[in-house]
Amino acid sequence: MQTKVVAPAVEPSSEGETSVAVRGVRRAFRGTHREPLVALAGVDLHVGANEVLGVVGPSGCGKSTLLELVAGLQEPDGGSVEVAGRSPAKARRELCAFMPQRDLLLPWRDALGNAALALECQGVPRGEARSRAAPLLERFGLGGFEAARPAQLSGGMRQRVAFMRTLLPGRPVLLLDEPFASLDSITRASMQAWLADALATEPRTVLLVTHDVEEALFLSDRVAVLSARPGRVVQELEVPMPRPRDRRAAVTDPALARLRERALEVLGS
Amino acid sequence: MRRWLPASALLLLFLGAWAWLASLPSVDDLTLASPAEVWGAFGDDRDLLLDNARVTLVEVLLGLAISIVAGVSFAVAMHLSRTLRDATYPLLVASQAVPIVVLAPIFVLAFDYGMGPKLAIVALICFFPITVNVLDGLRSVEQDHLKLMRSFGASRVRTLRSVEVPAALPSFFSGLRVAATVSVIGAVFGEWAGADEGLGRLVLLGNNQLQTPRVYAGVVLLTLMAVALFTLVTLLERLTCPWNRTERTA
Repeated sequence: MQTKVVAPAVEPSSEGETSVAVRGVRRAFRGTHREPLVALAGVDLHVGANEVLGVVGPSGCGKSTLLELVAGLQEPDGGSVEVAGRSPAKARRELCAFMPQRDLLLPWRDALGNAALALECQGVPRGEARSRAAPLLERFGLGGFEAARPAQLSGGMRQRVAFMRTLLPGRPVLLLDEPFASLDSITRASMQAWLADALATEPRTVLLVTHDVEEALFLSDRVAVLSARPGRVVQELEVPMPRPRDRRAAVTDPALARLRERALEVLGS
Repeated sequence: MRRWLPASALLLLFLGAWAWLASLPSVDDLTLASPAEVWGAFGDDRDLLLDNARVTLVEVLLGLAISIVAGVSFAVAMHLSRTLRDATYPLLVASQAVPIVVLAPIFVLAFDYGMGPKLAIVALICFFPITVNVLDGLRSVEQDHLKLMRSFGASRVRTLRSVEVPAALPSFFSGLRVAATVSVIGAVFGEWAGADEGLGRLVLLGNNQLQTPRVYAGVVLLTLMAVALFTLVTLLERLTCPWNRTERTA
Protein backbone atom coordinates (compact mmCIF):
# COMPACT_ATOMS: atom_id res chain seq x y z
CA MET A 1 0.00 0.00 0.00
CA GLN A 2 2.70 2.47 -1.07
CA THR A 3 0.36 5.35 -1.72
CA LYS A 4 2.05 8.59 -2.56
CA VAL A 5 0.08 11.59 -1.51
CA VAL A 6 1.24 14.09 -4.07
CA ALA A 7 -0.66 17.29 -3.58
CA PRO A 8 -3.04 18.59 -0.95
CA ALA A 9 -6.31 16.86 -1.65
CA VAL A 10 -8.34 19.44 0.16
CA GLU A 11 -7.40 23.01 0.75
CA PRO A 12 -6.08 23.42 4.25
CA SER A 13 -8.01 25.74 6.48
CA SER A 14 -7.51 29.40 5.93
CA GLU A 15 -7.80 30.12 9.64
CA GLY A 16 -4.28 30.20 10.97
CA GLU A 17 -4.74 29.41 14.62
CA THR A 18 -6.83 26.30 14.98
CA SER A 19 -5.62 25.04 18.30
CA VAL A 20 -7.60 22.90 20.70
CA ALA A 21 -7.67 23.75 24.40
CA VAL A 22 -9.14 21.43 27.02
CA ARG A 23 -9.11 22.89 30.52
CA GLY A 24 -10.05 21.05 33.69
CA VAL A 25 -12.70 19.02 31.90
CA ARG A 26 -14.87 16.76 34.00
CA ARG A 27 -17.46 14.36 32.68
CA ALA A 28 -19.52 11.83 34.60
CA PHE A 29 -22.23 9.40 33.54
CA ARG A 30 -24.97 7.74 35.47
CA GLY A 31 -23.42 4.47 36.59
CA THR A 32 -25.04 1.12 37.13
CA HIS A 33 -25.19 1.79 40.87
CA ARG A 34 -26.04 4.93 42.73
CA GLU A 35 -22.63 6.50 42.29
CA PRO A 36 -21.99 8.37 39.07
CA LEU A 37 -19.37 6.93 36.76
CA VAL A 38 -16.65 9.55 36.45
CA ALA A 39 -15.12 9.21 32.99
CA LEU A 40 -12.89 12.27 33.06
CA ALA A 41 -11.72 13.97 36.23
CA GLY A 42 -10.10 17.25 35.32
CA VAL A 43 -8.31 16.80 32.01
CA ASP A 44 -6.02 19.52 30.69
CA LEU A 45 -4.75 19.32 27.12
CA HIS A 46 -3.55 21.70 24.46
CA VAL A 47 -3.01 20.94 20.81
CA GLY A 48 -1.30 23.66 18.79
CA ALA A 49 -2.21 24.47 15.20
CA ASN A 50 -1.16 21.66 12.85
CA GLU A 51 0.21 19.70 15.77
CA VAL A 52 -0.52 16.00 16.26
CA LEU A 53 -1.29 15.07 19.85
CA GLY A 54 -1.51 11.39 20.67
CA VAL A 55 -3.67 10.41 23.62
CA VAL A 56 -3.00 6.99 25.08
CA GLY A 57 -4.57 5.31 28.05
CA PRO A 58 -5.94 2.01 29.26
CA SER A 59 -9.29 0.98 27.81
CA GLY A 60 -12.22 2.59 29.55
CA CYS A 61 -10.26 5.67 30.62
CA GLY A 62 -12.61 8.03 28.82
CA LYS A 63 -10.57 8.57 25.66
CA SER A 64 -13.59 8.37 23.37
CA THR A 65 -15.55 10.65 25.71
CA LEU A 66 -12.73 13.17 25.46
CA LEU A 67 -12.92 13.15 21.67
CA GLU A 68 -16.68 13.51 21.62
CA LEU A 69 -16.38 16.46 23.99
CA VAL A 70 -13.94 18.22 21.68
CA ALA A 71 -16.08 17.28 18.66
CA GLY A 72 -19.06 19.07 20.18
CA LEU A 73 -21.09 15.88 20.50
CA GLN A 74 -21.10 16.12 24.30
CA GLU A 75 -20.84 18.90 26.83
CA PRO A 76 -18.45 18.77 29.79
CA ASP A 77 -19.89 18.76 33.32
CA GLY A 78 -17.09 21.07 34.37
CA GLY A 79 -14.18 22.91 32.79
CA SER A 80 -14.06 24.19 29.25
CA VAL A 81 -13.32 23.02 25.72
CA GLU A 82 -12.27 25.47 23.04
CA VAL A 83 -11.51 24.93 19.40
CA ALA A 84 -9.86 27.88 17.70
CA GLY A 85 -10.84 29.89 20.75
CA ARG A 86 -14.54 29.08 20.39
CA SER A 87 -16.45 27.04 22.95
CA PRO A 88 -20.08 26.61 21.78
CA ALA A 89 -20.77 23.00 20.80
CA LYS A 90 -22.04 24.03 17.38
CA ALA A 91 -18.88 25.98 16.65
CA ARG A 92 -16.79 23.00 17.71
CA ARG A 93 -18.82 20.69 15.48
CA GLU A 94 -18.19 22.97 12.53
CA LEU A 95 -14.44 23.10 13.09
CA CYS A 96 -13.83 19.43 13.82
CA ALA A 97 -13.92 16.35 11.63
CA PHE A 98 -14.62 13.34 13.77
CA MET A 99 -13.59 9.84 12.78
CA PRO A 100 -15.10 7.21 15.06
CA GLN A 101 -13.55 3.91 16.01
CA ARG A 102 -15.57 1.87 13.53
CA ASP A 103 -15.67 3.00 9.92
CA LEU A 104 -19.50 3.28 10.03
CA LEU A 105 -19.74 3.22 6.24
CA LEU A 106 -23.29 3.05 4.96
CA PRO A 107 -23.75 -0.39 3.36
CA TRP A 108 -26.10 0.92 0.65
CA ARG A 109 -23.67 3.56 -0.60
CA ASP A 110 -20.71 2.75 -2.81
CA ALA A 111 -17.18 3.79 -1.82
CA LEU A 112 -17.46 7.12 -3.62
CA GLY A 113 -20.85 7.87 -2.09
CA ASN A 114 -19.56 7.08 1.38
CA ALA A 115 -16.52 9.29 0.92
CA ALA A 116 -18.82 12.11 -0.24
CA LEU A 117 -21.32 11.75 2.63
CA ALA A 118 -19.92 14.45 4.91
CA LEU A 119 -19.81 16.90 2.02
CA GLU A 120 -23.44 16.17 1.17
CA CYS A 121 -24.39 16.79 4.79
CA GLN A 122 -22.99 20.29 4.40
CA GLY A 123 -25.37 20.92 1.55
CA VAL A 124 -23.08 20.15 -1.39
CA PRO A 125 -25.25 18.60 -4.13
CA ARG A 126 -24.77 14.88 -4.60
CA GLY A 127 -23.14 15.03 -8.03
CA GLU A 128 -20.71 17.74 -7.05
CA ALA A 129 -19.82 15.97 -3.80
CA ARG A 130 -19.07 12.79 -5.71
CA SER A 131 -16.92 14.54 -8.29
CA ARG A 132 -14.98 16.27 -5.52
CA ALA A 133 -14.41 12.94 -3.76
CA ALA A 134 -13.35 11.09 -6.92
CA PRO A 135 -9.78 12.42 -7.25
CA LEU A 136 -9.18 11.71 -3.56
CA LEU A 137 -10.19 8.08 -4.03
CA GLU A 138 -7.67 7.82 -6.83
CA ARG A 139 -4.98 9.44 -4.70
CA PHE A 140 -5.63 7.19 -1.73
CA GLY A 141 -5.16 4.05 -3.78
CA LEU A 142 -8.82 3.24 -4.25
CA GLY A 143 -9.05 4.07 -7.95
CA GLY A 144 -11.35 1.56 -9.65
CA PHE A 145 -13.21 0.87 -6.42
CA GLU A 146 -15.57 3.85 -6.74
CA ALA A 147 -18.64 1.68 -7.25
CA ALA A 148 -17.70 -1.01 -4.72
CA ARG A 149 -19.97 -1.40 -1.73
CA PRO A 150 -18.38 -1.44 1.75
CA ALA A 151 -19.00 -5.19 2.04
CA GLN A 152 -16.74 -5.71 -0.97
CA LEU A 153 -13.84 -3.71 0.49
CA SER A 154 -11.10 -4.92 2.81
CA GLY A 155 -10.76 -3.50 6.32
CA GLY A 156 -7.92 -1.21 5.30
CA MET A 157 -9.84 0.09 2.29
CA ARG A 158 -12.92 0.76 4.38
CA GLN A 159 -10.81 2.66 6.87
CA ARG A 160 -9.35 4.78 4.09
CA VAL A 161 -12.82 5.58 2.75
CA ALA A 162 -13.82 6.61 6.28
CA PHE A 163 -10.73 8.79 6.47
CA MET A 164 -11.51 10.46 3.13
CA ARG A 165 -15.02 11.13 4.36
CA THR A 166 -13.47 12.83 7.40
CA LEU A 167 -10.99 14.82 5.33
CA LEU A 168 -13.22 16.06 2.49
CA PRO A 169 -15.15 18.82 4.27
CA GLY A 170 -11.75 20.47 4.82
CA ARG A 171 -12.18 21.06 8.52
CA PRO A 172 -9.04 22.21 10.29
CA VAL A 173 -9.18 19.83 13.26
CA LEU A 174 -9.16 16.04 12.92
CA LEU A 175 -10.33 13.91 15.82
CA LEU A 176 -9.33 10.30 15.27
CA ASP A 177 -10.65 7.66 17.65
CA GLU A 178 -8.53 4.50 17.44
CA PRO A 179 -8.60 4.72 13.65
CA PHE A 180 -6.65 1.51 13.08
CA ALA A 181 -7.68 -0.61 16.07
CA SER A 182 -9.84 -2.93 14.00
CA LEU A 183 -7.13 -3.76 11.47
CA ASP A 184 -4.64 -6.62 11.43
CA SER A 185 -1.09 -5.63 12.36
CA ILE A 186 0.33 -5.56 8.82
CA THR A 187 -2.50 -3.43 7.45
CA ARG A 188 -2.28 -1.25 10.54
CA ALA A 189 1.41 -0.55 9.99
CA SER A 190 0.88 0.46 6.37
CA MET A 191 -2.13 2.60 7.28
CA GLN A 192 -0.06 4.39 9.93
CA ALA A 193 2.65 5.14 7.37
CA TRP A 194 -0.02 6.30 4.99
CA LEU A 195 -1.58 8.63 7.58
CA ALA A 196 1.84 10.05 8.45
CA ASP A 197 2.38 10.86 4.77
CA ALA A 198 -1.08 12.30 4.37
CA LEU A 199 -0.59 14.60 7.36
CA ALA A 200 2.82 15.69 6.07
CA THR A 201 1.31 16.91 2.80
CA GLU A 202 -1.88 18.15 4.38
CA PRO A 203 -1.13 19.45 7.84
CA ARG A 204 -4.04 19.50 10.25
CA THR A 205 -4.50 19.88 13.95
CA VAL A 206 -4.95 16.30 15.09
CA LEU A 207 -6.11 14.64 18.27
CA LEU A 208 -5.30 10.96 17.89
CA VAL A 209 -6.73 8.66 20.51
CA THR A 210 -5.25 5.19 20.73
CA HIS A 211 -4.42 2.48 23.22
CA ASP A 212 -1.28 1.64 21.26
CA VAL A 213 1.78 3.48 22.62
CA GLU A 214 3.80 2.53 19.55
CA GLU A 215 1.22 4.07 17.23
CA ALA A 216 1.01 7.27 19.29
CA LEU A 217 4.80 7.69 19.30
CA PHE A 218 5.08 7.00 15.58
CA LEU A 219 2.44 9.53 14.53
CA SER A 220 2.42 12.32 17.14
CA ASP A 221 4.43 15.38 18.05
CA ARG A 222 3.47 14.92 21.67
CA VAL A 223 1.82 12.11 23.58
CA ALA A 224 -0.47 12.59 26.57
CA VAL A 225 -0.85 9.56 28.82
CA LEU A 226 -4.20 9.20 30.53
CA SER A 227 -4.74 7.29 33.75
CA ALA A 228 -7.33 4.57 34.21
CA ARG A 229 -10.85 5.78 35.06
CA PRO A 230 -11.40 8.44 36.20
CA GLY A 231 -9.22 9.70 33.35
CA ARG A 232 -6.58 12.33 34.01
CA VAL A 233 -3.45 13.34 32.15
CA VAL A 234 -0.63 11.78 34.14
CA GLN A 235 2.23 12.44 31.75
CA GLU A 236 3.03 14.40 28.62
CA LEU A 237 5.85 13.25 26.39
CA GLU A 238 7.51 15.24 23.63
CA VAL A 239 8.59 13.06 20.68
CA PRO A 240 12.01 14.38 19.59
CA MET A 241 11.88 13.38 15.94
CA PRO A 242 10.48 15.25 12.95
CA ARG A 243 7.41 13.91 11.14
CA PRO A 244 6.85 11.95 8.96
CA ARG A 245 9.06 9.32 10.50
CA ASP A 246 10.67 6.28 9.10
CA ARG A 247 9.29 3.25 10.88
CA ARG A 248 12.64 1.54 11.30
CA ALA A 249 14.23 4.70 12.64
CA ALA A 250 11.33 5.21 15.01
CA VAL A 251 11.63 1.68 16.33
CA THR A 252 15.40 1.75 16.83
CA ASP A 253 15.79 5.33 18.05
CA PRO A 254 17.01 5.21 21.65
CA ALA A 255 15.16 8.39 22.68
CA LEU A 256 11.85 6.97 21.42
CA ALA A 257 12.60 3.68 23.11
CA ARG A 258 13.01 5.54 26.40
CA LEU A 259 9.71 7.37 25.85
CA ARG A 260 8.00 4.07 25.12
CA GLU A 261 9.38 2.62 28.35
CA ARG A 262 8.17 5.65 30.26
CA ALA A 263 4.71 5.58 28.76
CA LEU A 264 4.30 1.87 29.38
CA GLU A 265 5.54 2.32 32.92
CA VAL A 266 3.00 5.05 33.58
CA LEU A 267 0.24 2.98 31.99
CA GLY A 268 1.23 -0.08 33.95
CA SER A 269 1.02 1.63 37.33
CA MET B 1 -33.51 -24.50 -9.83
CA ARG B 2 -32.53 -27.13 -7.28
CA ARG B 3 -34.13 -25.01 -4.60
CA TRP B 4 -37.53 -25.39 -6.27
CA LEU B 5 -37.34 -29.15 -6.24
CA PRO B 6 -38.39 -29.86 -2.62
CA ALA B 7 -41.31 -27.42 -2.85
CA SER B 8 -42.52 -28.93 -6.14
CA ALA B 9 -42.26 -32.45 -4.75
CA LEU B 10 -44.25 -31.51 -1.68
CA LEU B 11 -46.90 -29.82 -3.82
CA LEU B 12 -47.26 -32.96 -5.93
CA LEU B 13 -47.51 -35.05 -2.79
CA PHE B 14 -50.21 -32.74 -1.50
CA LEU B 15 -52.16 -32.97 -4.78
CA GLY B 16 -51.85 -36.74 -4.67
CA ALA B 17 -53.17 -36.92 -1.11
CA TRP B 18 -56.00 -34.59 -2.06
CA ALA B 19 -56.98 -36.72 -5.06
CA TRP B 20 -56.84 -39.87 -2.96
CA LEU B 21 -58.95 -38.36 -0.17
CA ALA B 22 -61.54 -37.10 -2.67
CA SER B 23 -61.77 -40.57 -4.23
CA LEU B 24 -62.67 -42.24 -0.95
CA PRO B 25 -66.34 -43.36 -1.04
CA SER B 26 -66.90 -42.09 2.50
CA VAL B 27 -65.99 -38.52 1.49
CA ASP B 28 -68.95 -36.52 0.26
CA ASP B 29 -68.47 -34.88 -3.17
CA LEU B 30 -70.07 -31.73 -1.79
CA THR B 31 -67.41 -31.44 0.91
CA LEU B 32 -64.35 -32.14 -1.15
CA ALA B 33 -64.01 -31.76 -4.88
CA SER B 34 -61.19 -33.71 -6.51
CA PRO B 35 -58.30 -31.87 -8.17
CA ALA B 36 -59.65 -32.99 -11.54
CA GLU B 37 -63.08 -31.50 -10.80
CA VAL B 38 -61.48 -28.23 -9.71
CA TRP B 39 -59.43 -28.21 -12.91
CA GLY B 40 -62.66 -28.76 -14.75
CA ALA B 41 -64.21 -25.79 -12.99
CA PHE B 42 -61.33 -23.65 -14.21
CA GLY B 43 -62.31 -24.62 -17.74
CA ASP B 44 -66.09 -24.30 -17.36
CA ASP B 45 -66.17 -21.14 -15.28
CA ARG B 46 -63.11 -19.54 -16.77
CA ASP B 47 -64.63 -16.16 -17.58
CA LEU B 48 -66.63 -16.03 -14.37
CA LEU B 49 -63.53 -16.79 -12.27
CA LEU B 50 -61.27 -14.37 -14.13
CA ASP B 51 -63.75 -11.48 -14.03
CA ASN B 52 -64.23 -11.87 -10.31
CA ALA B 53 -60.51 -12.39 -9.72
CA ARG B 54 -59.85 -9.10 -11.46
CA VAL B 55 -62.21 -7.30 -9.09
CA THR B 56 -60.59 -8.83 -6.03
CA LEU B 57 -57.11 -8.11 -7.33
CA VAL B 58 -57.96 -4.44 -7.78
CA GLU B 59 -59.31 -4.31 -4.23
CA VAL B 60 -56.16 -5.94 -2.90
CA LEU B 61 -53.74 -3.72 -4.84
CA LEU B 62 -55.54 -0.47 -4.07
CA GLY B 63 -55.96 -1.42 -0.42
CA LEU B 64 -52.27 -2.30 -0.21
CA ALA B 65 -51.32 0.98 -1.85
CA ILE B 66 -53.40 2.92 0.67
CA SER B 67 -51.89 1.04 3.58
CA ILE B 68 -48.34 1.60 2.26
CA VAL B 69 -48.83 5.34 1.94
CA ALA B 70 -50.63 5.62 5.28
CA GLY B 71 -48.40 3.16 7.13
CA VAL B 72 -45.10 4.62 5.95
CA SER B 73 -46.11 8.23 6.61
CA PHE B 74 -47.50 7.30 9.99
CA ALA B 75 -44.34 5.39 10.92
CA VAL B 76 -42.13 8.31 9.87
CA ALA B 77 -44.27 10.74 11.86
CA MET B 78 -44.13 8.45 14.89
CA HIS B 79 -40.38 8.18 14.47
CA LEU B 80 -39.92 11.94 14.35
CA SER B 81 -42.21 12.76 17.26
CA ARG B 82 -41.81 10.90 20.49
CA THR B 83 -45.05 12.36 21.81
CA LEU B 84 -46.96 11.11 18.80
CA ARG B 85 -45.39 7.69 19.18
CA ASP B 86 -46.23 7.40 22.87
CA ALA B 87 -49.75 8.64 22.24
CA THR B 88 -50.63 6.46 19.27
CA TYR B 89 -48.77 3.19 19.85
CA PRO B 90 -51.53 1.67 22.01
CA LEU B 91 -54.11 2.69 19.40
CA LEU B 92 -52.01 1.14 16.68
CA VAL B 93 -51.91 -2.18 18.51
CA ALA B 94 -55.63 -1.92 19.23
CA SER B 95 -56.31 -1.40 15.52
CA GLN B 96 -54.86 -4.82 14.88
CA ALA B 97 -56.75 -6.45 17.74
CA VAL B 98 -60.14 -5.33 16.40
CA PRO B 99 -61.91 -8.37 14.92
CA ILE B 100 -62.14 -7.39 11.26
CA VAL B 101 -64.85 -10.01 10.63
CA VAL B 102 -67.15 -8.11 12.96
CA LEU B 103 -66.09 -4.74 11.64
CA ALA B 104 -66.61 -5.60 7.98
CA PRO B 105 -70.44 -5.51 7.95
CA ILE B 106 -70.38 -2.17 9.77
CA PHE B 107 -68.03 -0.79 7.12
CA VAL B 108 -70.37 -2.00 4.43
CA LEU B 109 -73.30 -0.32 6.20
CA ALA B 110 -71.33 2.89 6.44
CA PHE B 111 -69.79 2.94 2.95
CA ASP B 112 -72.33 1.08 0.88
CA TYR B 113 -71.77 -1.99 -1.30
CA GLY B 114 -69.05 -0.59 -3.55
CA MET B 115 -65.27 -0.68 -3.47
CA GLY B 116 -64.97 1.57 -0.40
CA PRO B 117 -65.46 -0.89 2.47
CA LYS B 118 -63.20 -3.51 0.82
CA LEU B 119 -60.38 -1.01 0.47
CA ALA B 120 -60.90 0.13 4.05
CA ILE B 121 -60.69 -3.42 5.35
CA VAL B 122 -57.66 -4.41 3.28
CA ALA B 123 -55.90 -1.19 4.28
CA LEU B 124 -56.77 -1.69 7.95
CA ILE B 125 -55.39 -5.22 7.95
CA CYS B 126 -52.19 -4.24 6.11
CA PHE B 127 -51.57 -1.02 7.98
CA PHE B 128 -50.29 -2.67 11.13
CA PRO B 129 -47.49 -4.91 9.79
CA ILE B 130 -46.23 -2.09 7.57
CA THR B 131 -46.27 0.62 10.23
CA VAL B 132 -44.71 -1.53 12.95
CA ASN B 133 -41.95 -2.83 10.69
CA VAL B 134 -41.08 0.55 9.21
CA LEU B 135 -40.99 2.09 12.68
CA ASP B 136 -38.72 -0.69 13.94
CA GLY B 137 -36.51 -0.27 10.88
CA LEU B 138 -36.19 3.49 11.38
CA ARG B 139 -35.28 2.96 15.01
CA SER B 140 -32.78 0.20 14.25
CA VAL B 141 -30.13 2.72 13.19
CA GLU B 142 -27.16 2.64 15.51
CA GLN B 143 -26.50 5.58 17.81
CA ASP B 144 -22.98 5.79 16.38
CA HIS B 145 -24.34 6.48 12.91
CA LEU B 146 -26.59 9.24 14.20
CA LYS B 147 -23.68 10.70 16.16
CA LEU B 148 -21.56 10.67 13.01
CA MET B 149 -24.25 12.48 11.03
CA ARG B 150 -24.51 15.05 13.80
CA SER B 151 -20.77 15.63 13.67
CA PHE B 152 -21.09 16.26 9.92
CA GLY B 153 -23.65 18.96 10.70
CA ALA B 154 -26.41 17.02 8.93
CA SER B 155 -29.98 18.29 9.21
CA ARG B 156 -32.75 16.06 10.58
CA VAL B 157 -34.18 15.58 7.09
CA ARG B 158 -30.76 14.71 5.69
CA THR B 159 -30.17 12.08 8.38
CA LEU B 160 -33.63 10.65 7.75
CA ARG B 161 -33.05 10.50 4.01
CA SER B 162 -29.47 9.29 3.92
CA VAL B 163 -29.38 6.95 6.91
CA GLU B 164 -32.68 6.08 8.54
CA VAL B 165 -34.87 5.51 5.49
CA PRO B 166 -32.39 3.26 3.64
CA ALA B 167 -31.75 1.38 6.88
CA ALA B 168 -35.50 0.82 7.26
CA LEU B 169 -36.03 -0.49 3.71
CA PRO B 170 -35.45 -4.20 4.49
CA SER B 171 -37.86 -3.97 7.45
CA PHE B 172 -40.38 -2.22 5.25
CA PHE B 173 -40.26 -5.14 2.83
CA SER B 174 -40.64 -7.64 5.67
CA GLY B 175 -43.79 -5.81 6.71
CA LEU B 176 -44.98 -5.59 3.13
CA ARG B 177 -44.52 -9.34 2.67
CA VAL B 178 -46.81 -10.01 5.62
CA ALA B 179 -49.24 -7.35 4.43
CA ALA B 180 -49.33 -8.77 0.89
CA THR B 181 -50.36 -12.20 2.12
CA VAL B 182 -53.04 -11.01 4.54
CA SER B 183 -54.40 -8.42 2.12
CA VAL B 184 -56.17 -11.16 0.14
CA ILE B 185 -57.90 -12.39 3.30
CA GLY B 186 -58.96 -8.80 3.98
CA ALA B 187 -60.55 -8.48 0.55
CA VAL B 188 -62.47 -11.75 1.05
CA PHE B 189 -63.81 -10.57 4.42
CA GLY B 190 -64.89 -7.35 2.81
CA GLU B 191 -66.73 -9.16 0.05
CA TRP B 192 -68.40 -11.56 2.48
CA ALA B 193 -69.87 -8.64 4.34
CA GLY B 194 -71.62 -7.52 1.18
CA ALA B 195 -70.64 -7.32 -2.46
CA ASP B 196 -71.95 -7.97 -5.97
CA GLU B 197 -68.68 -9.20 -7.37
CA GLY B 198 -65.27 -10.56 -6.43
CA LEU B 199 -63.78 -13.98 -5.71
CA GLY B 200 -64.79 -13.86 -2.06
CA ARG B 201 -68.40 -13.35 -3.01
CA LEU B 202 -68.16 -16.06 -5.69
CA VAL B 203 -66.82 -18.55 -3.14
CA LEU B 204 -69.54 -17.67 -0.63
CA LEU B 205 -72.24 -17.95 -3.28
CA GLY B 206 -70.82 -21.18 -4.66
CA ASN B 207 -70.88 -22.63 -1.19
CA ASN B 208 -74.57 -21.82 -0.79
CA GLN B 209 -75.35 -23.22 -4.22
CA LEU B 210 -73.37 -26.41 -3.54
CA GLN B 211 -71.02 -25.75 -6.47
CA THR B 212 -68.08 -27.26 -4.64
CA PRO B 213 -65.57 -27.40 -7.55
CA ARG B 214 -66.11 -23.71 -8.23
CA VAL B 215 -65.56 -22.89 -4.55
CA TYR B 216 -62.24 -24.73 -4.56
CA ALA B 217 -61.22 -23.08 -7.81
CA GLY B 218 -61.89 -19.69 -6.21
CA VAL B 219 -59.85 -20.63 -3.15
CA VAL B 220 -56.96 -21.79 -5.35
CA LEU B 221 -57.03 -18.47 -7.23
CA LEU B 222 -57.04 -16.49 -3.98
CA THR B 223 -54.07 -18.49 -2.74
CA LEU B 224 -52.18 -18.00 -6.00
CA MET B 225 -52.85 -14.28 -5.73
CA ALA B 226 -51.28 -14.11 -2.27
CA VAL B 227 -48.28 -16.20 -3.34
CA ALA B 228 -47.75 -14.02 -6.42
CA LEU B 229 -47.88 -10.85 -4.35
CA PHE B 230 -45.40 -12.29 -1.87
CA THR B 231 -43.02 -13.20 -4.68
CA LEU B 232 -43.40 -9.77 -6.24
CA VAL B 233 -42.47 -8.08 -2.96
CA THR B 234 -39.43 -10.34 -2.59
CA LEU B 235 -38.30 -9.42 -6.12
CA LEU B 236 -38.80 -5.72 -5.41
CA GLU B 237 -36.71 -6.03 -2.29
CA ARG B 238 -33.87 -7.66 -4.21
CA LEU B 239 -33.97 -4.84 -6.74
CA THR B 240 -34.09 -1.99 -4.22
CA CYS B 241 -31.83 -3.39 -1.48
CA PRO B 242 -29.00 -5.16 -3.32
CA TRP B 243 -26.57 -4.36 -0.47
CA ASN B 244 -28.62 -6.50 1.84
CA ARG B 245 -27.68 -9.60 -0.14
CA THR B 246 -23.99 -8.82 -0.65
CA GLU B 247 -23.80 -8.08 3.07
CA ARG B 248 -25.20 -11.49 3.89
CA THR B 249 -22.96 -13.41 1.53
CA ALA B 250 -19.84 -11.52 2.52
